[in-house]
Amino acid sequence: MIKLESKVPEGNLAEKWTNHKFSMKLVNPSNKRKFEIIIVGSGLAGASAAATLGELGYKVKVFTYHDSSRRAHSIAAQGGINAAKNYQNDGDSVHRLFYDTIKGGDFRGREANTWRLAEVSNNIIDQCVAQGVPFAREYGGTLANRSFGGAQVSRTFYARGETGQQLLLGAYSSLNRQVKLGNVTLFPRREMLDLVVVDGQAKGIITRNLLSGEMERHMGQAVILASGGYSNVFFLSTNAMNSNSTAAWRAHKRGAAFANPCYTQIHPTCLPAHGDYQSKLVLMSESLRNDGRIWVSKKAGDMRAAKDIPEEERDYYLERKYPAFGNLVPRDVASRNAKYVCDEGRGVKGTRAVYLDFADAFKRVGKNAIQEKYGNLFDMYQNITGKNPYEVPMRIYPAPHYTMGGLWVDYHLMSNIPGLFVLGEANFSDHGANRLGASALMQGLADGYFIIPYTLGNYLTTEKPEKVDTDRSEFKEAEENVKESVNKILAVNGNEPVDEIHKRLGHVLIDKVGMSRSAKGLNEAIETIRGLRDEFWSNVKITGKADELNQNLERAGRVADFLELGELMAVDALNRNESCGGHFREEYQTEEGEALRDDENYSYVAAWEYKKAGEWELNKEPLQFEYVKLSTRSYK
Amino acid sequence: MSEQTLNLTLKIWRQETPSAKGYFEEFKVAISPDASILEVLDILNNDLEKEGKRPVAFESDCREGICGTCGIVINGHPHGPIPKQATCQLHMRNFQDGETIYLEPFRAKAFPIIKDLIIDRSAFDKIQQAGAFISFNAGSAPDANEIPIPKEVASLALDAAECIGCGACVATCKNSSAMLFVGAKVSQFALLPQGQPERYQRVQEMVAVMDEAGFGSCTNTYACEAECPKGISVTNIARMNRDYLVSKMTTKS
Repeated sequence: MIKLESKVPEGNLAEKWTNHKFSMKLVNPSNKRKFEIIIVGSGLAGASAAATLGELGYKVKVFTYHDSSRRAHSIAAQGGINAAKNYQNDGDSVHRLFYDTIKGGDFRGREANTWRLAEVSNNIIDQCVAQGVPFAREYGGTLANRSFGGAQVSRTFYARGETGQQLLLGAYSSLNRQVKLGNVTLFPRREMLDLVVVDGQAKGIITRNLLSGEMERHMGQAVILASGGYSNVFFLSTNAMNSNSTAAWRAHKRGAAFANPCYTQIHPTCLPAHGDYQSKLVLMSESLRNDGRIWVSKKAGDMRAAKDIPEEERDYYLERKYPAFGNLVPRDVASRNAKYVCDEGRGVKGTRAVYLDFADAFKRVGKNAIQEKYGNLFDMYQNITGKNPYEVPMRIYPAPHYTMGGLWVDYHLMSNIPGLFVLGEANFSDHGANRLGASALMQGLADGYFIIPYTLGNYLTTEKPEKVDTDRSEFKEAEENVKESVNKILAVNGNEPVDEIHKRLGHVLIDKVGMSRSAKGLNEAIETIRGLRDEFWSNVKITGKADELNQNLERAGRVADFLELGELMAVDALNRNESCGGHFREEYQTEEGEALRDDENYSYVAAWEYKKAGEWELNKEPLQFEYVKLSTRSYK
Repeated sequence: MSEQTLNLTLKIWRQETPSAKGYFEEFKVAISPDASILEVLDILNNDLEKEGKRPVAFESDCREGICGTCGIVINGHPHGPIPKQATCQLHMRNFQDGETIYLEPFRAKAFPIIKDLIIDRSAFDKIQQAGAFISFNAGSAPDANEIPIPKEVASLALDAAECIGCGACVATCKNSSAMLFVGAKVSQFALLPQGQPERYQRVQEMVAVMDEAGFGSCTNTYACEAECPKGISVTNIARMNRDYLVSKMTTKS
């Protein structure tokens, strides 16, 4: 059993973080340079943490498998970033952002973490503007906002459809300043393959140099993982080709609990899949739902073109079922409903796709205004599909996009391994069972700019982790462990390319551990995944050698981990006999087909402890809600 | 989606190591017009892996045209023949059945080839580390609405900031100049009020590192703007040149 202490401070919810910042211990400015800190990942969470810790004077080492830290997948986030600025005077507040987030997560997040996220949201916008992030502006020169799913206020800040790019380049610019000042050292083209634990504390990592294949040992008095989510377990997702769970998974195998792995988000507005050669799914920002109306034909198997289906034969199903939120219901609700209408055969021309139609918006504000707001998204749609969305409605379908689950962390963002911190999408903490739009960027930057700088200092002063030599047996053992696993993969020498096994894993997961799950399907999925894992280790075909640039080998290592994680997702989904947020169990729904939570029995975080391949022990962190009343989410 | 299949001949640059001699290797593929050029390489690699042959090394990540990782010279054009697209956004419907397609790495002295189509663009990071930032520490920022910024100014700054750092401008330039890339970075900060305090020092430091890295000079052919997947304007080069001149006249060093 793992002892899960959330370490949520006492006191009034609104004052917890302020009071706690004062009660945490500080590191003397001249002592900070004596601490070496490892950060894995250079997306919003990793880059912002590295820049800020560098500013404080720590000696920071940043590892990324990209050629440049600027390319992490945060860069592809389109729509925006939330903050409770209330610049629109429309009733927003920290309290409202907190409430929307905890409700949007279907009351499966940790209250105090979510409040803190809302609380620091405003500082993030200030920080980014000071960095020179060119957010959208009104003619008077003030910042512009738009609205997003799951909220009835306009609190999303944006930079065209490229908000993630601009925020990441902002964090990257601050990071570059620290590189120049000598506080941060970058290690590009390195993949973390193991965590080194010395006397119970995280003290380093083993990386593979992706150019030479060389294994390297790196020491840090704390290790911060900001390595992103695991949507690529599905093979087809909106994540980048290289996004993977390996850093987090290897830490899990060294003892870090993995929390709520079944909480995955299937994003409603993506381009539908076509062809089995397809390498990834492309997301269209959900901000499109502000102006686009989602509909399908009322008839199953309707083969008419959109323009030939008269208004009265169209079913604007979200507006019909959820009149209060309409097309702006949270992502899980929008996705599940798209699945249902397609299951009924009412998808576009019988396919798995629904229309996202801008005809009314063109009439209301004109094509130019829509182009101004979403021009690059419309261009992207046309480029990929060959169809002009100014002429015909877009076709969309849900796709795996974000994972709310991740490594378990306490209020300090520290895992159950002392000295191992986890930030951003890689942790589980702030979004419960479903994340609202424009909140991922907020969380990544909150963790990096405004939380870890405090909590890390507290760890370093209270635990006083010593520097250790990388000649120690623990480093040697970890390096041997990694070399052995690489050699084991190369030694299989079977017949099946790694992508083919990965695709089959993805099919099982999207089918049985996707938008809608059942005990029967989950049990089948577990069996299938175990079989695939055996098949991988007996029949995978990897070309090339260990000591060279070998992308085939890189992918194989990641897929080996996905084959274990995929099983845990199914195990977790099977354990959770309720429906909440992105986790929908067919056995547990209301008469109207909405998610039916079981607060009495499942109001807990499921933190899984690794025992051996295919075997985990469940640890529970009870969720206590002192300030919100648990209610059934209603967007009607 | 189209049912048609395109039969194509690919001539791909193969180079095992940075110092090895490179050559074109020919492959025949049959592919859907809805596939992207990188998906063609995925399929080809899958087949090569099955046969135990060395797959083609190439890089990509987001496959949405924003991370700037991919970058291949396709039939002589960085990112291919269609304007304002990254390599990953190039779909095969833009080619004819029976066509031969040449795929090569971006070539420039400052971008050494690592393997096949993979190049080393770390020089771009070094230039940005020299000064592409505003010096202030987290936590010290004033309220975001304290400094109003005219919509047009913010929009111009964003036009420059959209650069994805792919290096197509360098690859297409006969001088291998990085002026469009550096100009875009300099401009983003030079246009915004927050960037003013370090404006002239920044341009000097970035240009110095750019020159050291072995990029050539600009001779105003504007191929960079034409090939840029984000359509970054050459006016950014003019702005950088102007700032550089002013900086030389007004600052010491």
